[in-house]
Amino acid sequence: MQLDTIVSAVKAACESRTPLRIRGAGSKDFYGGLLAGEVLDVSGHCGIVAYEPTELYITAKGGTPLAEVEATLAEKGQMLAFEPPHFAGATVGGCVAAGLSGPRRQQAGAVRDFVLGVKLVDGTGQMLSFGGQVMKNVAGYDVSRLIAGSLGTLGVIAEVTLKVLPRPVAETTLVFACDATEAIRRLNDWGGQPLPISASFWHDGQLWLRLSGARAAVEAATSKLGGNSTVNPEKHWNSIREQTHPAFAASPLWRLALPSTAPCPELDGLRAIEWGGALRWYAGEVDGDHQAVRVAAASLGGHAVLYRAPESLRCLDGAFAELPPALLALHRRLKKAFDPQGILNPGRLYAEF
Amino acid sequence: MSSPDPAFSTDLAALAARLRLFLPPHCLLLGEEDLRPYECDGLTAYRELPLAVCLPETEAQVIDILRTCHSLGVPVVARGAGTGLSGGAMPHAQGVVLSLARFNKILRVDRAARLAVVQPGVRNLAVSEAAAPYGLYYAPDPSSQIACTLGGNVAENSGGVHCLKYGLTVHNVLRIRVVSIEGEAFEIGSEAPDAAGYDLLALLIGSEGMLGVVTEVTVKLVPKPELAQVVMASFADVAKAGDAVAAIIAAGIIPAGLEMMDKAATAAVEPFVKAGYDMNAEAILLCESDGTPEEVAEEIARVTEVLNAAGANEIRVSQSEAERLRFWAGRKAAFPAVGRITPDYYCMDGTIPRKRLAEMLSSIAAMETKYGLRCANVFHAGDGNLHPLIMYDASQPGDWERAEAFGAEILELSVALGGSITGEHGVGIEKINQMCVQYATPEIEAFHRVKAAFDETGLLNPGKAVPSLHRCAEYGRMHVHHGDVKFPELERF
Repeated sequence: MQLDTIVSAVKAACESRTPLRIRGAGSKDFYGGLLAGEVLDVSGHCGIVAYEPTELYITAKGGTPLAEVEATLAEKGQMLAFEPPHFAGATVGGCVAAGLSGPRRQQAGAVRDFVLGVKLVDGTGQMLSFGGQVMKNVAGYDVSRLIAGSLGTLGVIAEVTLKVLPRPVAETTLVFACDATEAIRRLNDWGGQPLPISASFWHDGQLWLRLSGARAAVEAATSKLGGNSTVNPEKHWNSIREQTHPAFAASPLWRLALPSTAPCPELDGLRAIEWGGALRWYAGEVDGDHQAVRVAAASLGGHAVLYRAPESLRCLDGAFAELPPALLALHRRLKKAFDPQGILNPGRLYAEF
Repeated sequence: MSSPDPAFSTDLAALAARLRLFLPPHCLLLGEEDLRPYECDGLTAYRELPLAVCLPETEAQVIDILRTCHSLGVPVVARGAGTGLSGGAMPHAQGVVLSLARFNKILRVDRAARLAVVQPGVRNLAVSEAAAPYGLYYAPDPSSQIACTLGGNVAENSGGVHCLKYGLTVHNVLRIRVVSIEGEAFEIGSEAPDAAGYDLLALLIGSEGMLGVVTEVTVKLVPKPELAQVVMASFADVAKAGDAVAAIIAAGIIPAGLEMMDKAATAAVEPFVKAGYDMNAEAILLCESDGTPEEVAEEIARVTEVLNAAGANEIRVSQSEAERLRFWAGRKAAFPAVGRITPDYYCMDGTIPRKRLAEMLSSIAAMETKYGLRCANVFHAGDGNLHPLIMYDASQPGDWERAEAFGAEILELSVALGGSITGEHGVGIEKINQMCVQYATPEIEAFHRVKAAFDETGLLNPGKAVPSLHRCAEYGRMHVHHGDVKFPELERF
């Protein structure tokens, strides 16, 4: 599929003010506000444009399957360090637009930390190119990173350049038995020490810890930390990254981002803890008081996302926490700067735009 | 030095009267002798006197200053320690300088959560010093870290030796408190990851004071590695040293620091710091490894193997902390050392893909002949960020103009090689013309729309960072633009 097709589709939609629903593989259709608008299928705009292992970047068209990107990187012993979920066939454009990171986020950083450049089709059908392929670039506003997590509301991601990293030489996974409060205490304690912790996951009285790095560092940390080793750790971490682990089997499922040291909110249904304590997953009842979840998260300095839920509930007050008025006004103006007619993925991030 | 800006014309008496309503006398400078120290930042070639300097002590005063300037249509240039190197904090002739020097308190260091809440006038190094008792530190370490402030680091998205492994400012700031030009305070980001909505933190960091005034910063602290050791390798050929950098990365190693100096830089610094550099080498590489003692030993062994295979003439590994610091001393002191051998120097800040390093250096050598000026090169080799130091004598007529043209050519070549006109110093006033080389009209228009979303009347740091299209059109007459490539022989991305 040629970029021209996307550009002319957006131009036509802009003229007729037709809302567009940008779609790659649809793997994250469940996420965010309800889907609306005519489908703009961008999955055909795919392929790796450039890959320079020694420059630590890869450039791919928006519709390129993540699996293809990762297979290419694996050939040179490299990876997308933020470990984005694939779900069912995710594309690189969707990965950046959704801004979801996986288990290694606690050590390596989030999607936005790895975006070096983007090419966008804005809401008027204009091609825009921001950032580039070098790691350090402070010329102009950093629009590329702004695009990460913007859920397609600012432009169609035509091409993206991501920083890549070498795969760790050694990895091991340790398991500890403890309750959630103890898990949070331990994770923060370990987090303040120079230990090569690359992922953590607590569920049902068990705390899994992944160590990655130089062989010597992993061995030294293993003997320092104790714990038990586990069978098939790769399968385990993959089930967390792809959320096939039973911990995520709940509807509605709430995703709470909190300061890592925050105590467990007084809510029922704690399913899992990730990212050194900063990410907590809760199951909630459909008929329960869902505002209570948002209030609890906010009172602890974080926020709650209604992550997976029936449409009826997502309709009620949106997937994401409300913004303070000053920030909402800025969001509206930025949206207008890139999509003056408001045709791109309306309502996907916030009902207002 | 800049041409008058017809967009603004300030009634100083009216402005001063309004500011005096809420600013005590010691917080407001109006006399020329008091304003003089603020006429430039670290880039002294560009100077301008502001109408007034405000030194607020509270956020409420910042809010009142911005409200006043907004209602009177007066430009505002925020300023930290003034160590910037691109004229980003150069005052506006019709405007106010808003100095955040008195916002110098570390409000909180949270050991368990590994973060610090600081005011924008706190020096970069002071954060690491405050965190040291807990075995933590703040990773981004610009060379000026002893003096530069966190607010300035946020404005410029500063980097440093450690940023290859630990990231830039944008990777290490969790939350900022900002006051808009209308005088409205709001917070972006939080201590929890992935704040809801657009990633405004990424947009604000590196925005060169054009979008808002930062009054508080929460930074991430990271555990101090148990050990750091540095490998120093000398090469008889700059291209070989460049290849060695690529080989280290290809081997799957991300060093804590990877820096290079060319022969001219080594010759300038060795008499100054006596680090024991190989004076015959065409290039010296410094490669730092940090972590647990076991990890460092393993990495040093692998790096040494790669450097040997890449044709290093001599390899030395620091055997003590004192020796490690001595190896670094020359790289860290390169700027003052070059300052000793030339009356003036002009520091550039281009970023290129690492594989184009040798090409860039041979082009710079040719430019030395073309402009009749010497140039020493120090750079963050690991991330392709070059700092050529063009030596000139400001007292010689024509010298500065040649240095400026030399610098412009380096920046434009950086873009042609697939890089950027600035890696960490910012665009400021210095590289405003080269923005027209790196970006085409639609992107520049988009930048203006982003600016307008935050600052509709364009009062925050006007004339910096993003050029007007008019300016680009004028510059375009002298320099070939995007469509019409300046270096047609070079392969493009």
